[in-house]
Amino acid sequence: MSNEAILHANMGSAHATHDDHHEHHQETFITKYIFSQDHKTISKQFLITGMVWAVIGGLMSVLFRFQLGFPDDSLPWLEDLLGKWWAAGGHITAQGYYALVTIHGTVLVFFVLTAGLSGTFANLLIPLQIGARDMASPLLNMLSYWFFFIAGIVMLSSIFVETGPFSGGWTAYPPLSALGDTSPGSKTGMDLWIISMALFVVSSLLSGLNYIATVLNMRTKGMSMTRLPLTIWALFFTAVVGVLSFPVLLSGFILLIFDRNFGTSFYLSDIFLSATGTALPNEGGSAILFQHLFWFLGHPEVYIIILPAMGIVSEILSINSRKPIFGYIAMVGSMFAITALSFIVWAHHMFVTGLNPFLGSIFTLFTLLIALPSAIKVFNWLTTLWRGSIRFTPAMLFAIGFVSVFISGGLTGLWLGNSALDIHLHDTYFNIAHFHLVMGVASILAMFAGVYHWFPKMYGRRMNVTLGYIHFWITIIGAYLIFWPMHYEGLAGMPRRYYDYSIWESFKQFSDLNKFISIVVFITFSTQILFLINFFYSIWNGRKETSENPHGATTLEWTTPINPGHGNWVGEIPEVHRWAYDYSKDGKDFIMQTTPIGADEKEEKH
Amino acid sequence: MISMEISSTTQNNHQRIHPHKFTMWVAIASICMMFAGLTSAYIVKRNQDNFLEFSLPNYIWFSTIAILLSSVTMHLAIKSFKARERQKYKLFITLTTFLGIAFTLLQIMGFVKIENQGIALIGHNSNAAASFLLVIIGLHALHLLGGVIVLIIMFFKSFSQKIKTYNSVPLEIMATYWHFVDILWIYLLIFLIWVRS
Ligand code: HEM
Ligand SMILES: [Cu+2]
Repeated sequence: MSNEAILHANMGSAHATHDDHHEHHQETFITKYIFSQDHKTISKQFLITGMVWAVIGGLMSVLFRFQLGFPDDSLPWLEDLLGKWWAAGGHITAQGYYALVTIHGTVLVFFVLTAGLSGTFANLLIPLQIGARDMASPLLNMLSYWFFFIAGIVMLSSIFVETGPFSGGWTAYPPLSALGDTSPGSKTGMDLWIISMALFVVSSLLSGLNYIATVLNMRTKGMSMTRLPLTIWALFFTAVVGVLSFPVLLSGFILLIFDRNFGTSFYLSDIFLSATGTALPNEGGSAILFQHLFWFLGHPEVYIIILPAMGIVSEILSINSRKPIFGYIAMVGSMFAITALSFIVWAHHMFVTGLNPFLGSIFTLFTLLIALPSAIKVFNWLTTLWRGSIRFTPAMLFAIGFVSVFISGGLTGLWLGNSALDIHLHDTYFNIAHFHLVMGVASILAMFAGVYHWFPKMYGRRMNVTLGYIHFWITIIGAYLIFWPMHYEGLAGMPRRYYDYSIWESFKQFSDLNKFISIVVFITFSTQILFLINFFYSIWNGRKETSENPHGATTLEWTTPINPGHGNWVGEIPEVHRWAYDYSKDGKDFIMQTTPIGADEKEEKH
Repeated sequence: MISMEISSTTQNNHQRIHPHKFTMWVAIASICMMFAGLTSAYIVKRNQDNFLEFSLPNYIWFSTIAILLSSVTMHLAIKSFKARERQKYKLFITLTTFLGIAFTLLQIMGFVKIENQGIALIGHNSNAAASFLLVIIGLHALHLLGGVIVLIIMFFKSFSQKIKTYNSVPLEIMATYWHFVDILWIYLLIFLIWVRS
């Protein structure tokens, strides 16, 4: 099926001639910037919406870190700002604390690192790097963004309801999520949470379908699967994981909705509610069932977050080392292995639920197996760097930072994946440290890397480099200072999700450490404002890009005009003759994918 | 859409599946996962005590006949569309729509019968065995109803004189979906019979 057909079909006008010019219909402000079907615009919408959510979610962590670091201090103006419900007397209240932690987790995992990361780069890069004029279905693509947008509005509105947003943790385990009487946040807040998440699942499914169809069907001539840049492979696997795991979460939510609203007993059994002093009639349900359904998505979800980051980093490391990526096929293979394994390890989140120890040992085995493909990737990144002529651009620094925190956080995964050790470590700060480094920080760093790297393609301008360096160093040092000490707290048994540790004899010793962590959080968060300023200032006032291919890269997005219109290429879509990683080959710095193989040249076999 | 015709013949020297069709296939995989989730949850639950046993109402069988017939009429609709026999096409697409609605009604009647036997589907005295039936069968019916809505739209389009389209792709995608929902039902039926035996 041809690319032209897609674009024409969606422009809604029939043309008698087959021309190559695609800017022929009148675009208004609304169709160009708001209800746009151009994948590049949708990409920017995802990015900026994601950034808004990152600021909101980040601010929440600043607030609850204030509580954790300074449980005895109060800031009276906080009550004026947030109201009594959240900060009575300038203290973050207990209910406020749980609400903050929950919404922070939900928003960061789903809105920022799933929609913001995949949404931005899949939309930007898939059509541009495979040589397509747009997605397989630009309409579905647009709908996907708007579902995400509305999901965000619903989530945001839940913050303002009288009983507060949902506050039972981002994993939304029943009974807190199923029974309105169990906590304030379990009432309207949870209704809104679940509506928002259902909309979000729809958004993810729509975009996932589109990404898969586009990668498999819309590649330009010569772009065989093994010539795809690793970014595309990564985004492709991400979409596969999403399309296969989100529906299971949805089915879990549907059962939850029945339990909440229609009095069924899927997840509930033998409950006595002290809040109302009543024994509930529900019988035969099991909260563990929800955990299975949740983690069947929940674990793949963390790979939905990390795979695009891996793709972006592979690409940026190779370009800025001026070396082909080491082990291209091994990279693809390990991503495939991660994709496949990610579906059979979910119960490692449930080692202490009374899971059959025999099953536990099987899940331990599968879980530790994931370390293999992960290690292969790390090895290949390091080898790509080895003896490269490295250009330390901000994007490159962030990409290297990714590799660093991915290693630090991945190693602790091996501890947690061991079902015996996990009995001690489960639900402690060790866990928090693990997943923030390996997922949170790593993916955010990759996202920054991607933004710095592709900014010229998105806006035709450059971001400020000096600000980029400052941003990088404070962020990476801050991230380590925040999360590294948490390993020790966790090993000492400090549980996660407690409101105030200073009243516990065993955790009093960490008061100063908690204070230290909180202060670093404030500094690191403030530094992100530097990035925001840099980003928005550069959109309008950054140095104008003058080169079509500013990084000397080989991939197709750099063959388009500096500010490509809808349809991306002015003439024919270029044909591809080689893989994406011919750097420093035959005495040439780089060879574009569009350059035919020379007469005396051998095509890279990988 | 002349340009579409031209470009797809000139550019398309290697025959690739239409992206929208492909998208439907991926969507089908996705829907499968959702029901895989639900049916495995059912298995987990069945092994717990307090799982009520009761027999499926006969309406289930009638609805199965309706949905199987609707797949046949859907197939005939496509055939007549491709043969450009508009009248026949309209007839078959109407039949398919009605069979789809009949399927849903029969299933609703089945649930009414279960309720009449004193087995609550929802509410505090409900049993998860019955609730599960409602959720699984109900979600399937919702998928079918989605198809019915699209069929109705197509039905009205076929009466509008202004747009004469010979593009069979939307119809083929619709048919794929319809047959899938049919097969999904057969799977669910076999699953329910097997797991409850
Ligand atoms: C070597 C690979 C990895 C292994 C063996 C591993 C293992 C584990 C285990 C066993 C847990 C559960 C700990 C507990 O609850 O007691 C866990 C938690 C977690 N992991 Fe990993 N992990 C690995 C890599 C990753 C990666 C790459 C990501 C994300 C990109 C990730 C994200 C998470 C998250 C988000 C949680 C916590 C979820 C929660 O309880 O809120 N992990 N990991
Ligand atoms: Cu996991």
